[in-house]
Amino acid sequence: MRLNLKVWRQKSKDAKGHFENYSLEAEGHMSFLEMLDVLNEKLISQKKEPVSFEHDCREGICGTCSMVINGRPHGPQTGTTTCQLHMRHFKDGDTIVIEPFRASAFPVIKDLAVDRSSFDRIIQAGGYISVNTGQAPDGNSIPVERQEASDAFDAATCIGCGACVAACPNGSAMLFTSAKINHLEKLPQGKVEHGHRVVNMINQMDKEGFGKCSNVGACHVECPKEIPLENIAAMNRFYLSSVFTRE
Amino acid sequence: MKLDAKVPEGSLSEKWTKYKGSMNLVAPNNKRRLDVIVVGTGLAGASAAATLAELGYNVKAFTFHDSPRRAHSIAAQGGINAAKNYQNDGDSIYRLFYDTIKGGDYRSREANVHRLAECSTEIIDQAVAQGVPFAREYGGLLANRSFGGVQVSRTFYARGQTGQQLLLGAYQALSRQISTGRVKMYNRHEMLDVVLVDGKARGIIARNLLTGKLEKHAAHCVVLATGGYGNVFYLSTNAMMSNVTAAWRAVKRGALMANPCFTQIHPTCIPVSGEYQSKLTLMSESLRNDGRVWVPKSKEDAEAIRKGEKTALDIKEEDRDYYLERRYPAFGNLVPRDVASRAAKIETDKGKGIVSTGLGVYLDFGAAIMRYGQETAHSKGIENPSESKVRELGEQVISQKYGNLFQMYEKITGENPYKTPMKIFPAVHYTMGGLWVDYNLETNIPGLFALGECNFSDHGANRLGASALMQGLADGYFVIPYTIGQFLSEEIRTPQISTDLPEFERAEKEAKERIEQLMGVNGNQSVESFHRRLGKIMWEYCGMSRNAEGLKKGRQMIRELREEFYKDVFIPGDTDEYNFELEKAVKVADFLELGELMMLDALDRNESCGGHFREEYQTAEGEALRNDEAFTYVSAWEWDDNNPTLHKENLVFENVELKTRSYK
Repeated sequence: MRLNLKVWRQKSKDAKGHFENYSLEAEGHMSFLEMLDVLNEKLISQKKEPVSFEHDCREGICGTCSMVINGRPHGPQTGTTTCQLHMRHFKDGDTIVIEPFRASAFPVIKDLAVDRSSFDRIIQAGGYISVNTGQAPDGNSIPVERQEASDAFDAATCIGCGACVAACPNGSAMLFTSAKINHLEKLPQGKVEHGHRVVNMINQMDKEGFGKCSNVGACHVECPKEIPLENIAAMNRFYLSSVFTRE
Repeated sequence: MKLDAKVPEGSLSEKWTKYKGSMNLVAPNNKRRLDVIVVGTGLAGASAAATLAELGYNVKAFTFHDSPRRAHSIAAQGGINAAKNYQNDGDSIYRLFYDTIKGGDYRSREANVHRLAECSTEIIDQAVAQGVPFAREYGGLLANRSFGGVQVSRTFYARGQTGQQLLLGAYQALSRQISTGRVKMYNRHEMLDVVLVDGKARGIIARNLLTGKLEKHAAHCVVLATGGYGNVFYLSTNAMMSNVTAAWRAVKRGALMANPCFTQIHPTCIPVSGEYQSKLTLMSESLRNDGRVWVPKSKEDAEAIRKGEKTALDIKEEDRDYYLERRYPAFGNLVPRDVASRAAKIETDKGKGIVSTGLGVYLDFGAAIMRYGQETAHSKGIENPSESKVRELGEQVISQKYGNLFQMYEKITGENPYKTPMKIFPAVHYTMGGLWVDYNLETNIPGLFALGECNFSDHGANRLGASALMQGLADGYFVIPYTIGQFLSEEIRTPQISTDLPEFERAEKEAKERIEQLMGVNGNQSVESFHRRLGKIMWEYCGMSRNAEGLKKGRQMIRELREEFYKDVFIPGDTDEYNFELEKAVKVADFLELGELMMLDALDRNESCGGHFREEYQTAEGEALRNDEAFTYVSAWEWDDNNPTLHKENLVFENVELKTRSYK
C-alpha cells in the first residue's frame, strides 16, 4: 500500500517543530514501527536524518513507544500500543498524521520522543510498599481473595506509557496515578501506608504540572491496557478521606 | 590463568548457609562511606540497587532506558519457579536444583545452582510483600502451574505478565530508595567502559544519551546487570535495545566471557513474516501446558497448507503428527526448550513446515478447549451440551488462562487462535553464556560483579522455563547483598575514588575516540543493514545446529563484515545530541566481535549439549550427544582481536550423577 505520512519533526526541546511529508510503500503484515523503520532506512540511504521515536520491546509491554497517530495516542485500534498496531488496519492511499505525545509535563526531546520522567517521580513519591529485602513473611501467610488479587492486577497492568496524559484535554495523569494507588490499596500488604501514599502521590502529580481531571474519560478509551476509569473515582474518594482524617 | 570458583567447603545443602554465617561484614558506619555502581536496572539490577541501598551503601544506578521500569525483564510472560512445594506434589529445594542441573545438561556449577534453588522460596515471599499480584486460588492462596522439563507444579505467575509485575515490584523498591536519596538514578545513560584502577573495577564511563556527553563515574566497585546478548542474532525475542556493550567492554578490559555459544532458542515464537521484520515475539512456554504441537504426517498436506490450498482444520486427526508426544511420551509437549526447538527443526527440515517460508509448526488448543468445555459443562450441571456450547465454555477457560497471549497473537498475525491453531517456530530468546563469575558473582576482575542474564553461572547449556526471573532476583535480592561484602570489607579504608585519576581520563579519551572513529567512517550503509547481515550469519552458522565447517566459515564472514563495517557504515546526525543511530552503531560494533567469539566457542566444544547442537555429535535418534570426559568444563575466553585464549574451569559434580538427559 502507498501511504502519505505527515510526521512531526523537531530538532530539540526548544526548537520549533513542523510537519514533514513523506510518501512510503508499506505492507499489511508490518507493524507500525516497522513501517517507520522502513521510512528511516530510506531517509538514511538519502543521507538524511531519520525520525527519532522511542521503542524497545515491541511486544506492547515495556511502555516505551508512544506517538499520536491520526489524533489518537497509539493509533486507532483499542487496547493496543503503537508497536502492536499493524498496517493491515490502514489502506492504500491513506494519509497518516504522526505527532509526539503532547502535554506540558512531557516535554519533547526530539521529533516523536518525549520525556516522561515525571511518571517516575510520581512513583517515587509513594508508589511502593515499604518493605526491605528479607523482611517478608511466607507468601501464603496472608490469603488474598481471588477477585481482589485479580482487581489489583487489572490496575497493576499499567505500562506507564503516558497515553492517558496525551489523550486528556487537560494533560492529567489521574489514570496513571490512580492505577498505582488502587493496585496497592487492594492488597492487604499495601493498605498499611495507603493514606500517606494517596496524598504524597497526588501532591507530586500536581507539582509535575499535570492538569486536573474533568471526567472526560478519554484516558481510559486510549489506554492500551484498558485501565478502568473507576480507579480515578476511587482515588478521589481516598484523597478526601485521607485529607480529612490526617492532620 | 587459574580460575578459582571460590565454592565454599561443606555439604551441598549447607554451603550457602555456612558461608553466609562466616562472611566478612561491613559495619553500617562504613557502608555509608562506600560507593557502589550498578549498571542495568532490570530484575537483577533494580533488586540489587534497592537492596544494597537498604543496607546503607551509596548506590549509583544506570540505565540506558528513560526509566528503570522499561527493562526487558518486563516482557517475561510465563512465571517464576520456586521450590515452595505448596502443591504437595513432591517438590523440594533439591528437586529444583536437580531439575536445573539436568535441564542445563550438566554444564553448570552445582553450588551456584543449589543456592539459586534455596533463594527461590524467599523471592516469592519478598514479591508478595511488595504487592506483586500473583494469581491466586479461590481460597486466597498462591496458584501454580507447570513449565517445561519438570514434573511438578512450581511456577508462580501473574497472568501472562509475570516479568512485568516482578519488575514493577523491584522498580518500586528502587523508587523508594531513590526518594530517600540512597540511590542516585541515572536514566538514559549508556555504559561505554569500565575503569580499572590498580587492577580493580573503580568506575565507568557513561554516555548521556540526551546530550551525547561522556561522563566519568567512580565507586568502590561496579556491578553489571546488563542482560543477555541474544540480539547478536538481529532477530530475537529480546527488546530492540538489549545489547552486549557493557559486558563486552568489561571483556575488553580483561574480564572472561564464559560459554558464549550457549544460546537458547525458544520453541514457541511467532514465525518470521517478512524481510522488514525487526523482532520476534514469544508466545509463553506456559501455552505448552495446554497446546499440542504438530505438523501434518504427509509432506503433500504440508505443501498444500503452505500454498494456501488447505488449512490446519482440513487435516484430519489421524493425519496429524504430534511429534513431541510421539518422541517424548514421558514429557510430551512439555519437554525443555532446546529439545522442543530441535524437534521442530527436524520436522521442518523434512519439508513439513506449515507457513509459506516453510519455517513453522502448529500449536493447537483444540483438544484443550473441548476438554475444559466438557469439564465446565459437567461442573455446571449442563447435560448433553452441544458441541458449540462445549467449545464456548472451553474457550472461556482458555481465555482466562492465556487471554492476553491469544490477544497478542491475534494482533500480530490477524488470525484467531481460538479457531485455528497458532503457528509457531523457534527463535533466539536467551543467552546462558555470559561473564565468568565465581561463587561471589565476582568476575576475574576484582570489584567487578555480574548478575542475572549477563553472567553465565546457573543455567548450564540450557535454561528451564521460568528460571530467568528466579535467577535475576536471587542474584539481586539475596546473593550480591551478602557476597559484595567479601570485597567491600577490604575497602573500608579506601577513600572515595576520584574521577580525576589518569585511568578515568584515559578511558574517557578512548571511548571518545571510538565514537569519533564510527562517526568518521561516513560510508554508505546503515547500521541496521550491518546488524541484519550479522544476524543472518549467526543464525545460519551458529544457530539451532552447528558444524565445524560452518563455524569456521561463519567466523571468517564475521571478520570480513567487521572490516566492511568500519569502512562503510553511515551514521547520520551528530555526536553531541540524542542520536539513536549512533547508539545502535556502538552496540553493533561490539556484537561484531562477540559473534566471532561465539563461533570460536562453538567450534571448540566438540560435543552436543543443551542449546549447543553440533551435527557431528548426535545419537542415532538425533538426540544431543555429550562428551563428559572431554568437555565437562566452563569455557572462559580471554578476548584478543586476533586469537582469543581459552581458559577452563573444570566442573566437579559431587552430588549429581552425570546421565544422558532423557525426556522419553
